[in-house]
Amino acid sequence: MIHSLSKKIQKIKFAYLSPDEIRKMSAIKIITADTYNDDGFPIDMGLMDPHLGVIEPGLRCKTCGGKVDECLGHFGHIDLAMPVIHVGYIKEIKKLLQTTCKSCGRILLPKEQIKEHKEALEKVEEMGGDILDFKLVAKETAKDASTRHLCPHCGAEQSKITLDKPTSFRENGHKLTPKEVRERLERIPNEDLFPLGINPDVLRPEWTILTALPVPPVTVRPSITLDSGERSEDDLTHKLVDVLRINQRLRENRDAGAPQLIVEDLWELLQYHITTYFDNQTSGIPPARHRSGRPLKTLTQRLKGKEGRFRSNLSGKRVNFSARTVISPDPSLSINEVGIPVKAARELTIPVRVTEYNANVIRELVKRGPTPEEKEYVPGVNYVVRPDGRRIKVTEKNAEPIAETIDVGYIIERQLQEGDIVLFNRQPSLHRMSMMAHEVRIMPYKTFRLNLCVCPPYNADFDGDEMNLHVLQSEEARAEARILMRVQEHILSPRFGGPVIGAIHDHITGLFLMTHGDTRFDIHQTIRILSRFEDIKLPKPKEENGKKYWTGKQLFSLTLPKDLNMSFKSKICQNCDTCMKEKCELDAYCKIQNGNLICGTVDEQVVGAFKGKVLDKIARDYGSDRAREFIDDITKMAIGSIMIFGFTTGIDDEDIPAEAKEQIGDVLSQAIKKVRDLVNAYQDGILEQMPGRSLEETLEVESMKVLGQARDKAGQIAGKQLGLENSAVIMARSGARGSMLNLSQMAGCLGQQAVRGERLSRGYWHRTLPHFKKGDLGAEARGFVQYSYKSGLEPTEYFFHSMGGREGLVDTAVRTSRSGYMQRRLINALEDLKVKADGTVRNTANTIIQFEFGEDGIDPSRGIQGKAVDVDDILLDVLGEKVFAEVIKEKVIESYGIQEKDLTSIEEMGEEE
Amino acid sequence: MARESTVKALVARGVNKKLADKIVNAGFTLKALKSASVKELTKHISKKEASSLLKKIGVKETKTKKEAQISKKKEEKKEKKKKPKIVLEKTEPPTPTESLLLTELSKMNEDIPMAIVSDVAEKIEGSKISKKMIQKILTEVCKRYKAHKVDSHESVGIVSAQSIGEPGTQMTMRTFHYAGVAEINVTMGLPRLIEIVDARRVPSTPMMEIYLREAVKDLDEMQKITSEIEMTTVLDIADIELDMTNMEIILHLDMEKMKKKILSTEDVELSLKKMRRLKASVKKEANKIIVKSPEPSYKKLQQLADMVKVCKVKGIDGIKRAIIRKSPKGFVIYTEGSNLAKVFELEYVDQARVTTNSIWEVYEVLGVEAARNAIIREACNTLDEQGLTVDIRHIMLVADMMTNDGDIKAIGRHGISGKKSSVLARAAFEITAAHLLRAGVIGEVDNLDGVAENIIVGQPVALGTGAVNLIYVPKKK
Repeated sequence: MIHSLSKKIQKIKFAYLSPDEIRKMSAIKIITADTYNDDGFPIDMGLMDPHLGVIEPGLRCKTCGGKVDECLGHFGHIDLAMPVIHVGYIKEIKKLLQTTCKSCGRILLPKEQIKEHKEALEKVEEMGGDILDFKLVAKETAKDASTRHLCPHCGAEQSKITLDKPTSFRENGHKLTPKEVRERLERIPNEDLFPLGINPDVLRPEWTILTALPVPPVTVRPSITLDSGERSEDDLTHKLVDVLRINQRLRENRDAGAPQLIVEDLWELLQYHITTYFDNQTSGIPPARHRSGRPLKTLTQRLKGKEGRFRSNLSGKRVNFSARTVISPDPSLSINEVGIPVKAARELTIPVRVTEYNANVIRELVKRGPTPEEKEYVPGVNYVVRPDGRRIKVTEKNAEPIAETIDVGYIIERQLQEGDIVLFNRQPSLHRMSMMAHEVRIMPYKTFRLNLCVCPPYNADFDGDEMNLHVLQSEEARAEARILMRVQEHILSPRFGGPVIGAIHDHITGLFLMTHGDTRFDIHQTIRILSRFEDIKLPKPKEENGKKYWTGKQLFSLTLPKDLNMSFKSKICQNCDTCMKEKCELDAYCKIQNGNLICGTVDEQVVGAFKGKVLDKIARDYGSDRAREFIDDITKMAIGSIMIFGFTTGIDDEDIPAEAKEQIGDVLSQAIKKVRDLVNAYQDGILEQMPGRSLEETLEVESMKVLGQARDKAGQIAGKQLGLENSAVIMARSGARGSMLNLSQMAGCLGQQAVRGERLSRGYWHRTLPHFKKGDLGAEARGFVQYSYKSGLEPTEYFFHSMGGREGLVDTAVRTSRSGYMQRRLINALEDLKVKADGTVRNTANTIIQFEFGEDGIDPSRGIQGKAVDVDDILLDVLGEKVFAEVIKEKVIESYGIQEKDLTSIEEMGEEE
Repeated sequence: MARESTVKALVARGVNKKLADKIVNAGFTLKALKSASVKELTKHISKKEASSLLKKIGVKETKTKKEAQISKKKEEKKEKKKKPKIVLEKTEPPTPTESLLLTELSKMNEDIPMAIVSDVAEKIEGSKISKKMIQKILTEVCKRYKAHKVDSHESVGIVSAQSIGEPGTQMTMRTFHYAGVAEINVTMGLPRLIEIVDARRVPSTPMMEIYLREAVKDLDEMQKITSEIEMTTVLDIADIELDMTNMEIILHLDMEKMKKKILSTEDVELSLKKMRRLKASVKKEANKIIVKSPEPSYKKLQQLADMVKVCKVKGIDGIKRAIIRKSPKGFVIYTEGSNLAKVFELEYVDQARVTTNSIWEVYEVLGVEAARNAIIREACNTLDEQGLTVDIRHIMLVADMMTNDGDIKAIGRHGISGKKSSVLARAAFEITAAHLLRAGVIGEVDNLDGVAENIIVGQPVALGTGAVNLIYVPKKK
């Protein structure tokens, strides 16, 4: 800490280099355009002069004597034969020329007005305005001054100055040379610059007309030696060669007294080269190109944009001690853990400082070398850093002698071992849960392994996804990661205050199968499920006909905290008019009493990511440790259960009896006929127009409605044939995967295909496909698919379906880029806001944005469903059940996780997706 | 150019050229002259000249600025006397239970948000709970409230930005939502969210919901009201015919449509006559209106016809369509297009319940605070409609940031990001080179307070754990 404190950069000041400064800081004056001589050595006073720094290992810098990584390089300079305008400041120069007198250099405003403007500026400073406010005032001044035509100081008449993009000025049609411009700018007195928004201490206006050009060190523009031994120079070097060459010619011609025309042409050319050297995308001039025709990447291009220095090297940096590989699932891991392949673990290291207390242990560690050959994985040591800073690579051969030398003050770089904390990340990192801290588990093979429950926050699946891993190098970082970034600390999302980590897919199916209805397990099955748990007490078995058995609900209850009480409706609840509560036929009413699941089915609403109510309650009331334990336990439970039942789905899950198919066919043909009637009515002009819609629109809306209803009906008929014994239905109903809509599309009918929310209409002249008559507005001709995925599609239907599908693909592609940009802007606008110690939200300028975050200062991940506190829960706690029931009476209870006992119904909570 | 035109303008107003030149050379423009006093002018010309000049350009010289101010104040005072200022009570007065809780709280010297107080009040309303119990409840409420507060130095900005940005990928691109009525399409989903965040002046689909002050039961009367809101142009009610031989435009009025809109031929005639740019004679005949072009030019006639077509006959500008819907509490008018200011002027409209989705209109008519609420409401609706839950506090922060200094600023380079105080942060966002070059002119100093700047120089960021330091003072033995 002390270390970093002493080195803190307080501020950075920006200023302009004066020609004197350029010459003063220059290590050498560059005069020749040549770079290397025939022997491949850099030419003195050329662009690769060794005074400018070194890029080749072994050589030494002629200025400071440093070697490659020691010398950062030194600037040189080019003396320009004639002054040249700096493109970046062209607007500033224009403003100055227009607002100041051509002969005396004063601002074209009477003294009093100058004073007024000055005072305005001072006032801005007094009121604590920032640079942007200054700019506004200065702009005002410039506007005022530029309308004058007579100088109020010397009386000289002013003429109009126009800018010929990009870099030349005209005065009444006559061209101003940079030299003349420079002379005028020189005349402007310092005190007149301040009101115009220029600080004369950092920028004298004449400096913007360059007389000397700084040459960046070679380290900034290293040349690359190709395999063929040929040298390839950097774009900047190329540009500087051009500048030098023209500069040389200009000087020679001028000194030789060449005709004005030739000198002016060369001057223009020099201007062009220097302009493109600064910015090769200046509008109005063709970009300078490489021999191959590729535009050169000059100074501005190096900084700008996504691949520019700022965004790609300064705001984001490449790091060491990181790894990336494919991910794969492993339900036997805890959500807090990550499986790391041995190969990666041997490369990733953690620095350990040798102290009196650990010296012996570390010597043993070093003795093992970098690849210890034990049965189990044990960490080795890759490097040893001596107190003098020398790094020694540990090899199998030198391991023992090095181990002997180890003493207090040494730092060793130890390979990963189990229990280390590392950061794990998947791009795109859209929220803070995209980077969480995991504990290391070393594993065989070559992929990172993670628990399935952490897939939702990372938005990961295993179809080839890769993830990154970072090893923390400092003690503070590790402590912070363990306390703040561990997976279990992120179960509740700050976005909506619900769980983002929880059961998904097979976990939900497994628990559903286990707990739905009166599922029983015999002793063997029970033990197989529970064998995954470390220490667990077998609950009391139930007995029937002399056979001992355990119910699924009993087993699930083992994972619950012993004092948990709650009741609510499961996902499978059909929302009947009157709730049957415990006697629900579907077993959809969940009731947990003292940590025992009395009735109800465990599904998405109970333990699922985003929706799980029990999960939410546990994470909130019992802490993150208990929540982690719960998630780990239900994972084990679910895997155990689903492996006993076995679970599979195939296309035959969508088989429906012939009668049902007939029924669907009837419904559909009726709907199609109805649409035909509508079309006929439209064509006969007897279709009743909807208010505010044209006749065509009415037809579209009506037929969409009819066909939509038909699809739903077909789905319903198909759905009736598919009961809860069907795997696909189990998945859809329990919320594990898919929806009933998906099923009805597979079994019943696909329905109307749409592009931009309308029936398909484009393709051929007045028709979608040549299979139809021109102007056919019927259901089939406009993209209604009446078959299902199971039965197979007609060729025309298949085409229509792909039209709809294509829109979806395009949509996703467009959406990701648009939402990505929106998020970047949001982050950029809000990144500096934080809650100060007094509870106000402020930005870096210390302006108050909010007096209290969100008007009540509640952390969204701690609040309850957007509310600050759970009033029902408090009342229940304070008043006790009896009084509470009395108080509440008929009132709606909002709290979902209330520890209620025989109270009135509980409100469904607003859901995700 | 500007100079010559000023001189010309002065000459046109009867000032002699010499004087005009003199004045203009002194740096006056026509606008400056109008606000100038005789005193200012006498520096350059004689007093007599000055006063005559001012007269000529139509400035009353008698009233100096001060006098004008005083008289203005007087007028204001008069107005004040006429209309006593009504202070609007924005919050509802507390219910008895609420005030009971509030007094208890003040006794306990605790302060919790009103929302929680009313929540508790609502729950215990009508039951007999002893004061002791109430105190107990309140202590528990306060305890939990404090436990749920944000930690200081929490980077709420980033969390909020992520919370709004992350679900963006799950949103649909092209959704149209039927806002209560099937006839009106409203952009929703990601494009709408971007629109809100961009603070666009006009939303892509402006829309209003208009409620009436008194419940109108009669549909016909509603139709009448609607016809006054919906903008009707000549094209909506008439067929336009160009009579080339007589150089006339003949409007064949559709009486059926006219009746629906409750319009008479005179109304149409009047509104055509009122049109200032229309320099033509308008004549009324039975079911017909004839507009005669003053010049026998075909091109002129065409232009005239175009002007006549879009001539507003009735309704409010910008409201393309108005649709009546019945709701349990009476009729609601949904409109396509929005014009809050003009709708507010209608006396039968209930101003308190009228809504528009145009944030800028809310800002212009009702002010920033209303605009902030409009941003929150619109963003919440957009997210809710997509079935995405985002805590309202995140949206509030964005809205507060956008409206922080009194007007609406967009999230992006023209708004908040372009106005950051740090050079490096601005350069890292967009238009890198310009920001750096400009910084050199003023000699800007970057104090490295923000996140982006510190990352650029490779220092810890002053958020969360980075905002505090631990100091250990060893005890001397």
